[in-house]
Amino acid sequence: MIEIKDLHKSYKMGSNSLHVLKGLNFSIAEGELVAIMGSSGSGKSTLLNILGMLDEADSGTYDLDGVPIKNLNETKAAKYRNRFLGFIFQSFNLINYKSAMENVALPLYYQKVPRKEREEKALKYLAQVGLKEWAGHLPNELSGGQKQRVAIARALAAEPKVLMADEPTGALDSKTSYEVMDLIQKINDEGNTILVVTHEEDIAHMCKRIVHLKDGVIVEDKKVEQVRAAQYVK
Amino acid sequence: MFNRDRWKEILEVLTSNWFRTVLTAFGVFWGIFILILLLSAGKGLENGIMQDFGDISTNTMFMWSRSTTKSYKGLPKGRSFLFKVEDVQSIRDNVPELKFISPRNQLGDFNGANNVVRGIKTGAYNVYGDYPEISKQDPMTMTSGRFLNYNDIKEKRKIAIIGEGVRAGLYDKDEEVLGSFIKIQGVNFMVVGTYKKKSNDGDGEEGQKQIFVPFTTFSQAFNRGNDVGWMAITANDGTSITSLKDKIMGVVKESHKVHPDDQRAVGHFDLYEQFQRVQSLFGALRFIAYFVGILVLLSGIIGVSNIMLIVVKERTKEIGIRRALGEDPWSIKLQILMESIFLTIISGMAGITLGALFIYGVNTLLDISGPVDMFVNPSVSLGVVVGALIILIFSGLLAGFIPAQSAIKVRPIDALRTE
Repeated sequence: MIEIKDLHKSYKMGSNSLHVLKGLNFSIAEGELVAIMGSSGSGKSTLLNILGMLDEADSGTYDLDGVPIKNLNETKAAKYRNRFLGFIFQSFNLINYKSAMENVALPLYYQKVPRKEREEKALKYLAQVGLKEWAGHLPNELSGGQKQRVAIARALAAEPKVLMADEPTGALDSKTSYEVMDLIQKINDEGNTILVVTHEEDIAHMCKRIVHLKDGVIVEDKKVEQVRAAQYVK
Repeated sequence: MFNRDRWKEILEVLTSNWFRTVLTAFGVFWGIFILILLLSAGKGLENGIMQDFGDISTNTMFMWSRSTTKSYKGLPKGRSFLFKVEDVQSIRDNVPELKFISPRNQLGDFNGANNVVRGIKTGAYNVYGDYPEISKQDPMTMTSGRFLNYNDIKEKRKIAIIGEGVRAGLYDKDEEVLGSFIKIQGVNFMVVGTYKKKSNDGDGEEGQKQIFVPFTTFSQAFNRGNDVGWMAITANDGTSITSLKDKIMGVVKESHKVHPDDQRAVGHFDLYEQFQRVQSLFGALRFIAYFVGILVLLSGIIGVSNIMLIVVKERTKEIGIRRALGEDPWSIKLQILMESIFLTIISGMAGITLGALFIYGVNTLLDISGPVDMFVNPSVSLGVVVGALIILIFSGLLAGFIPAQSAIKVRPIDALRTE
């Protein structure tokens, strides 16, 4: 599904440049649930931004489902993000003045899906994350866990090839973290490819594979026995 | 563009901070309000001055004879001469572009002695010997009876058409006028018509105190022979009288043996030239109105642009999210532009509406308090309103352009980092 080869990225900081990613190679198959771990400054966010087409690599290749991702203009990048990727952010990033349902329907709106169909789909995905009766509420009327579930529904709405979660539990307490991870695991069970960036060991172990980044290189890439989050959720 | 969701969003954004939106809108509102006001005030002044021109056909000149200032062909300078009836025909032959040539003779003048008698009433009035065409050059409304015609000219009928002012002076209020007789310098004329006309001399009184009699009758009755006092000459609609006047005066100079370079032998008043001068004054006034109005509007637009920049700044994160979710940058740009245009147009419409109401109020006030000198019916035409709308759409675009540009320059990755 995802294939990167010899990926380099450096940032210019005044006169000296900071080499963040130093030639990464790895691939992710369809249906995988991968955790990218590393301390801050290890380059994991940069990697996610490049994979999410929010940033571009200096060199190296990146193929997403067989489509080479390079030299994108903004319009094209926006289209690819919309069709291929679903984002889940640490700070939820819901739009405040839109209701839960409108937030979920947003990616479909950008695909120019007709209004009625859009709303039906949005309700379907809200139901999937267990928030159907909250559809008309604004984000600030929801709890943190609920917000993240709305964000997950939004990421799912466009039926993307890959879900990318950037510290999805970073702003949540451990109980709601497990609920969210439980949801992510269930989505993965249905065959969706998911990439989770985290620095929490227990969250990483709820995935099926852990890629360890340190100082811009992969130091460890191992499959793990998945810990089901459901056991922590009553 | 006619997308329900987009409009919903525009309204959501603009109503999220009412106070700020209203303040911003006020700038544009004020600009267009001032523009409409200035234009309508200019129009009111124009209407007032144009009314003073009356209905007179403006492509007209008046011409009269004076004494020569140069000797020519053996004739001395200082010689006075009079136009003759034959001059009319020779002008007509030599200058085909003319519509009307009316030779005129006149009795009485401002502050003249009493020259008209009816029974025991007397009055001092201007009495003109005229051809029927004069009613086309200096239009009047017949209030009863008829005006002169060519049978009157041919048969030298002793008839008169009197103004409403004359009627008021010589007749009782409900006395029958038509068929009665008035005595002009000892000669009886039968009144066959009364008229009223729009003034061309300020107060309008003098215009109603005139008496018209057939030119031929006048010549005979008051011993003018072939003489012509002065002429009113109107050119065809396509040609200006100003361009023809040298030719016309050339013709009469030729036939009266006046030196062709004698500038003072023939006196004239070119109404068209005066009219053009006034017209260009109004052109200048209109220009000033647009200039000031648009400058005021511009400051309003800069206000809108400023606020849109702030809105974009405030919504940086939202824009980042939307772009991460895959919204087309063009769609974002369109959104900002439409917000800006919408705000500009709404506030501009409010300005136009209030301006129109204000003008309506002024008009009502003018109606109540009676006419004011040189100021009549201030108004703006539909064309001006449409023009103002076009200016608004354009300025909305202008105001939104920089903010929209800065909105799509936001990189989603940076926008998402903003907390």
